Parts: sequence; structure tokens; C-alpha cells
Amino acid sequence: MKRIVELTINGEPRDMTVDTCRSLLDALRDDVGLTGTKKGCDVGDCGACTVIVDGEPVNACLMLAVEAEGRTVETVEGLQPGVDTLHPLQDAFMRHGASQCGFCTPGILMMAKKLLDDNPRPTNEDIRFGLSGNICRCTGYTKIFDAIKSAALEMEAARS
Amino acid sequence: MRRFEYHRADTLEQASRLLTDLGDDTFLFNGGTDLLVEIRERLRRVRNVVDIKQIPGLSDITYDETRGLTFGALVTVGRLERLPLVCQRYPNLRAAFASLGSIQVRNRATVIGNVCRASPSADTIPPLMADGAFIHIYSRTNMRVVPLAEFFTGPGKTVLARGEIVTGITVPPAGDNTGKAYLKHGRRKAMELSTVGVAVSLCMDDGVCSDIRIALGAVGATVLRAPEAEAMLRGTRLDAATVKSAANKATEECTPISNVRASADYRRDMVGVLTGRAIKQALEAFA
Ligand SMILES: Cc1cc2nc3c(=O)[nH]c(=O)nc-3n(C[C@@H](O)[C@@H](O)[C@H](O)COP(=O)(O)OP(=O)(O)OC[C@H]3O[C@@H](n4cnc5c(N)ncnc54)[C@H](O)[C@@H]3O)c2cc1C
Ligand code: FES
Ligand code: FES
Repeated sequence: MKRIVELTINGEPRDMTVDTCRSLLDALRDDVGLTGTKKGCDVGDCGACTVIVDGEPVNACLMLAVEAEGRTVETVEGLQPGVDTLHPLQDAFMRHGASQCGFCTPGILMMAKKLLDDNPRPTNEDIRFGLSGNICRCTGYTKIFDAIKSAALEMEAARS
Repeated sequence: MRRFEYHRADTLEQASRLLTDLGDDTFLFNGGTDLLVEIRERLRRVRNVVDIKQIPGLSDITYDETRGLTFGALVTVGRLERLPLVCQRYPNLRAAFASLGSIQVRNRATVIGNVCRASPSADTIPPLMADGAFIHIYSRTNMRVVPLAEFFTGPGKTVLARGEIVTGITVPPAGDNTGKAYLKHGRRKAMELSTVGVAVSLCMDDGVCSDIRIALGAVGATVLRAPEAEAMLRGTRLDAATVKSAANKATEECTPISNVRASADYRRDMVGVLTGRAIKQALEAFA
């Protein structure tokens, strides 16, 4: 069965016509055409599909598209503040080489954004706890930690 | 993904009717973190899901000193994990919540879904059982309240009849004379199911243990109590020698199996080690 789902994606009101057993992840990628959000495992283990729904990060693979009715969804495509500007996290990830194959990056960026929104000066332990649902098979995590800490400093400097 | 029909209920009565009318292979759909994984990995045949998240009145959390902590069926693990009251009064629950999956999973997963899935390794069950929690069950004919310790009948099995829905859980109040702990043992820290989980909740009066409950996860067909070990500890000062022999007794009371995560012998040994440690940690409340 299909249903029309009205929701807000990256600040824009949208509607999508989806099969009721479709995951939010498949709907975002295949129906809406936002392929930034990745599918690594489809069962909640890897975090590549992390999006922010009503302010809280969730695995888009573990949510049905119909459940997003009336909600606000933020994906990696909405992270950039403008066409020519990057979010400080995106910038720091590039400078620190925190992304290699890039498959985990959208999920980690969304998780890191939420982490810094809640906690502008995270310790290593805070970052470790915050990212424990995100797997990266390439970087060994060190550069990801460096990038997040460096973005935190820049964001703090920009605020003061 | 395997196809299934999605239904949305607006009231408990409607959800209950859908469960009985749609017949076999129809399941309540809460956070969906178990159900969607089981559908995708073809571990469970599902023809219909009944989403209960629009039903009003199932999202409340209340606490009072006589009744204790009550929360509804839709309350997520993440919401409770972040609640200051839980951090302060129920460190055992807090430890279990913070150890379940990832932040993303906890933002969807409900505690009641974790309980209703009835996995022997579910992390929220041991501390809730050690605290003497009870379950509120809706049915179209009579509502009932069941102690959590009597809720499970086997792995994945509960006393729920077709058409019954769990609406909430009440955890008795955490008095000043109580100490609580939950220790989860896995191969790694994050994103790991329990190899063994041990919960201890105890009461001390003038240095004497007036009551204690021990609940053991992942070492039997359901989460188990360790009644003989508990009996050895009640009325004592919980000195090291008594704790040691009670912990040994607990290893005899569990019935672990061997699987990919650990052997039965290892699990049994860990029950002994963790029971001792959990009692020690629960006593830190009085230090
Ligand atoms: C990546 C990942 C990691 C995980 N790690 C852990 C872990 O470390 N420890 C752990 O314990 N669990 C873990 N889990 C499982 C945990 O997320 C689930 O057990 C969750 O708590 C179930 O709640 P839910 O709301 O998602 O339930 P659902 O999937 O919606 O439902 C689960 C079952 O309960 C039934 N049900 C739900 N609500 C009710 C109700 N009100 N009345 C009657 N029946 C009901 C459903 O019909 C279904 O059979 C993990 C899951 C994932 C995907
Ligand atoms: S694709 Fe969703 S967690 Fe891996
Ligand atoms: S950069 Fe390849 S998985 Fe992280």
C-alpha cells in the first residue's frame, strides 16, 4: 500500500509517496533523491544512515518512511549553510583527512553536529561515546577525532 | 525487504482489535528496532504491523515517593537515560539504558519493546526485575498488573495473550536505604549484546541487608533470579566471605548455553565474578 507522507526535509516542506513498508532511508535515497545518506548495513549496526529527526539522531534504516509524517528531518545535504560555504565540520573533515572512502562520513557528520550542538567542548570520551554507533573501516578514527575537536574550536571562536 | 501491511491505531482498543482480527503474524510496532531487523534478516514472519505510537497517554513519565517511577509504552530508552531522576535514583537502570545499542538506536528503541521482545540478554530486564518492577497490561475485557518476574515464559515468550498490550511499567520507589547496580559484560564496550548481565538491588538497615534481589541476564531461557544466593545474603552484613559464597551459589542457579558470544562455562564463571562486583558496587551508595 502507498501513502503520501508530508514532512520537512532540510527546512523545506516536502511530500513523498511511499510504500508503507519502505524505510525512511530508502525513501530519502530513492524517492526524494537525497543520496548523501548512506546504507551500510540496513540493520542499525553501522550508523552510515544517521539523520536527525525532530532534533534527535536516528538510524534512517530503522524507521519507516510513514513514521516521518509531520516531522522535521535533517540530512547531510542540509548541513552546508550556503551554496558556497561549508559547515565547519565539513571543512575540518577535509583539512584533517578525516574521510577516506567517505561512506561513513555523512552519518558521522550528522552525529558530530548533534554532539557539538549539545556539547560545544567535548572531551575525547564524549566524542567516543557520541560516535559509538558509527563505524568507520578506513580512518582508524584518530583523524575524525582531530577534525571534530578542531571544528569545535572554530565554532567557539566564531561565536565569541 | 519482505512486504508487510502497516496499520496505525489511534486507541488501545483499536490496536487490540487489529491484533485479534488480523490473525497470526500480526505484531505491535513500537520503536521497531527489533521488528524491522527481524523482518529484514528474515528471522520473523510478519504480515501486519500495528503502529501504536499515535495512541495518546502512553508517553508519560511520573515519579512519586510512594508509588515509584512509572513510564508508558512509548517512552524511549534514550529519554529515560537522559532523565536526571533516573541518573540520581536508579543508577542500575541508567547503566542498562546507556549500554543498549547506540545513541541512534536508543532514540527509537523503547524500554517496553525491549521487555516485550523477552530476549534473555535484553539489558533493561535484569535491573527492572531486581527492582521488583511490575507491568501494566491492557486487554479489552480486563486490565491486569503482573510482576516482571512472572512475565516471561521462555525466550521470546511472555504471558501476554493475543490482543493484550503492555501500557506501562512501574518501578518501586528508590529509598535512601537502597543500593543498586547493573553490570553488563560483553566482548567490547559499545554496540554489543550482553554475554552476561547481572543486576543487584539491595536494602540496608543499620548495616544489615534487609532485602536483596539478584537478576541474571543471558544465562538462561529467560532473565533469572538467584533465590538461593539471595537467601544466603539476607540478614547478613554482606561481609566478603558471605558475598563470595553467595556469588558461587549464583553460578549454580543459572543455566547458560554456549553460543557465538561465549561458552556456557565462561558465562557461569562470569556470573560469579559479576555478582560479587555488583553487590560491591551497590554498597557504594552507602560509602
Ligand atoms: C543495532 C542495535 C543494537 C542493539 N543493542 C542492544 C543492546 O545492547 N541491548 C539490548 O538489550 N537490546 C539491544 N538492541 C535491541 C533493542 O533495540 C530492542 O530490544 C528494543 O528495546 C525494542 O524496543 P522497540 O520499541 O524498538 O520494539 P519493537 O521492535 O517495536 O517491538 C519489539 C517486540 O515487542 C513487542 N511490543 C512492543 N511494544 C509492545 C507493547 N506495548 N505491548 C506488547 N508488545 C509490545 C513487538 O510486537 C515486538 O514483538 C539493539 C538493537 C539494534 C538494532
Ligand atoms: S545502514 Fe542504517 S545503521 Fe547501517
Ligand atoms: S572513511 Fe571509509 S568508512 Fe569511514
